[in-house]
Amino acid sequence: MVERRLGRRGPAIWILLVAVVAAAAGAGAAALLVNIVERKQEARNPFYRVVELNDETEDPAVWGKNFPLQYDAYRRTVDQVRTRFGGSEALPRTPNQADPRSVVAQSRLEEDPRLKTMWAGYAFARDFREDRGHAYMLEDQTYTERQIVAKQPGTCLHCHASVYVPYKRVGNGDLFRGFELVNQMPYPEARKLVRHPVTCIDCHAPDTMQLRISRPAFIEGIRALKASQGVKDYDVNAMATRQEMRAFVCGQCHVEYYFKGTEKRLVYPWARGLRVEQIAAYYDEVKFRDWVHGESGAPTLKAQHPEFELWNQGIHARSGVACTDCHMPYRREGALKISDHHVRSPLLNLNRACQTCHRWPEAELRARVETIQQRTFDLRNRAMDALVGLIGDLKAARAAGRSDAELERARDFQRRAQFWLDFVEAENSMGFHAPQEAARILGESIDFSRRGQLAVRDLKPRS
Amino acid sequence: MRARGIAGVAVGAAIGVAAGVGGYTFVYARGASYLTDDPAACANCHVMREQLDGWLKGSHRAAAVCNDCHTPRGLFPKYATKASNGFWHSFAFTSGRFPDPLRIKPGNREIAERACRACHRPIVEAIDARPPAHAPLACVRCHATVGHL
Repeated sequence: MVERRLGRRGPAIWILLVAVVAAAAGAGAAALLVNIVERKQEARNPFYRVVELNDETEDPAVWGKNFPLQYDAYRRTVDQVRTRFGGSEALPRTPNQADPRSVVAQSRLEEDPRLKTMWAGYAFARDFREDRGHAYMLEDQTYTERQIVAKQPGTCLHCHASVYVPYKRVGNGDLFRGFELVNQMPYPEARKLVRHPVTCIDCHAPDTMQLRISRPAFIEGIRALKASQGVKDYDVNAMATRQEMRAFVCGQCHVEYYFKGTEKRLVYPWARGLRVEQIAAYYDEVKFRDWVHGESGAPTLKAQHPEFELWNQGIHARSGVACTDCHMPYRREGALKISDHHVRSPLLNLNRACQTCHRWPEAELRARVETIQQRTFDLRNRAMDALVGLIGDLKAARAAGRSDAELERARDFQRRAQFWLDFVEAENSMGFHAPQEAARILGESIDFSRRGQLAVRDLKPRS
Repeated sequence: MRARGIAGVAVGAAIGVAAGVGGYTFVYARGASYLTDDPAACANCHVMREQLDGWLKGSHRAAAVCNDCHTPRGLFPKYATKASNGFWHSFAFTSGRFPDPLRIKPGNREIAERACRACHRPIVEAIDARPPAHAPLACVRCHATVGHL
C-alpha cells in the first residue's frame, strides 16, 4: 500500500519519521533523567544554606550560620583543662597596659627553671607558658613578653592567626606574594591585618567543604619533603588523599620551622626528611642557628612544636591514623555524625578518641598513655640535667679563657643535645605520638651532653 | 536403523544419568538454598563458619543477614552478584586455590560499603561527601567488627 502511494521513496520516509519520533522520545527521556538526578542531588544536601560562603569569608561566625554544630564545638576551645602532662591551667593575672589578659596559662619557666639555662640569651628564657586551646593562639602570641625582648616579624602570624584572607588581600589576590610581604613587616604592623585565630577557612574550601591547604609554608615544605622522597612537583591540594589531608591541615602549623634570610621567609626544614637528625643536617647545611647561647657561646637551635614530624615516626601514622581521628573524632549530634571541632587532648575524650579501635576500659587506656608519658618525662628530666651540666661546664671553660676553636667540639655537642632535647620538650604529646622515637631522641641527647662534657674535660691543659 | 536405535538409547541414557547425578548433586549440595537469604546457606561451605559465628555474636545479627550487606539492592543486581560470587566461590573452594585468610575483593568491598549507607545514610551525610578523585570514606576502617567479628 505504502509502496503504491509513495513509490520507491516510501520506506525511506517512514524510517525518517520513526527516527525523528525516536529522537524526540530519547531527548525527552534524557531530560527526565537529568531532572531526577538533580532532585536526588538536592536531597543529599546535608545543611541548610543560610549564607553563601566564599573564599573571602574570614569570620567563623558567618560559617557558623551554615554549620552551627561545628562552630559551637570550635568555640569550646576556650576551655582550659589540665591533663597530667598537657592541657593548661587557667591562672588569673592582673591586666595592665602592655597585656590586657586576665587569665593566662602557667609559666613553664617557673615550673622548670632549667629551661632558663637551656634558653639563656634567647627570648624564650624571658617568657614561656603552657600552650592552651586554639581560641587563644593569637591573643597569647600578641601579648607574650617574647614580643618585648625581641623584634618579631610578621612571619609569626602565619600559624597563629587566620592569615589566608589577609595574605590574599595584601598580595592583591596572590597568596604567596601576600605571605612574602607580611613576613617582612614588623609584627605590630602585621598584627593589624588579622582578626581571628585559626578559623574554618584555614582548613576548608568554602564551596565544597573539602579539606585543603591554605598555608604557603606547608605547601613549599611538603613539596621539598616529597622531592627528597623522589616525588617531583608535589601539589598537595591536588594529590593528597582525604586521610592524608586529615593530618596535613594540622601539619600546616604544628611543625618545626625557621625564618630564612633577611626576608624572614617561613621555611619548614624538611628538605632532607622529617626526623630530628635529618632536620639538624639541613640546618647544618644551610649554616643556621637560632641564637648564640648566652652562657656557653654555642650556635644553638630552638625546636618549636614538632607534632607533625614526631607523629610521622609513630605506629599510629604508620597505621593510617591521622590527627583528626584522635583530636577531632566523629561524634553524633542528634541525627548527624560530624567531626568534633573541639580540638583538645584525646585524654579528655577517651571513649570517642581511642575506643573505636582500642576496645578496652578507659582506665586501662589512660594508664597506658600515662605510663608512656611518664617514661618520656623521666628521660626528659635526665636529658635536661645532662644538658645543664654541659652548659655549666662550657660556661666555666669559657670564663677560664678557652678559645672558640678549643670549645668548638663541645659546643657542637651542646647544639645537638639541646636540639634533640628541645624536639621532645617542645612537642606536645610528651612522647605519645611516637614513644620509641621520643625515647631514642632523648637517649641520644643525653649521650651528646655527656660527650660534650667529656670534650670539655679532655681539653689539653694549658701550659 | 538398528544402529540409530542403539545410538538413540545411548544418548538418552547418558542424558538421563547426567540429569540424575546432577540433580542429586544439586540437592545434596543444597543448591536451592542459595536462592534464599538464609545465612546458613552461606555457611554451607565450612570455610565460612567463622564469619557466620562472628555475625551471630555481632551487633547486626538482628538487623542484617549476609545478603543485606554483601549483595546490592535491586532484583537484577542482587542475583547477578549472587551468581558471580556463587560461581567464583565454588570454583575457588573446589580447586582449593584461594588465599588464606580470606580477603574481600574490591568490588564486593564497595557493595558492602554501599550497604552501610543504604541504611545509615542520613546520619553520615555530613561527613560522607564524595570529593572527585578521592576515595570515599571507608566505614569498616573503624567499624570493623559490625558485620562479623
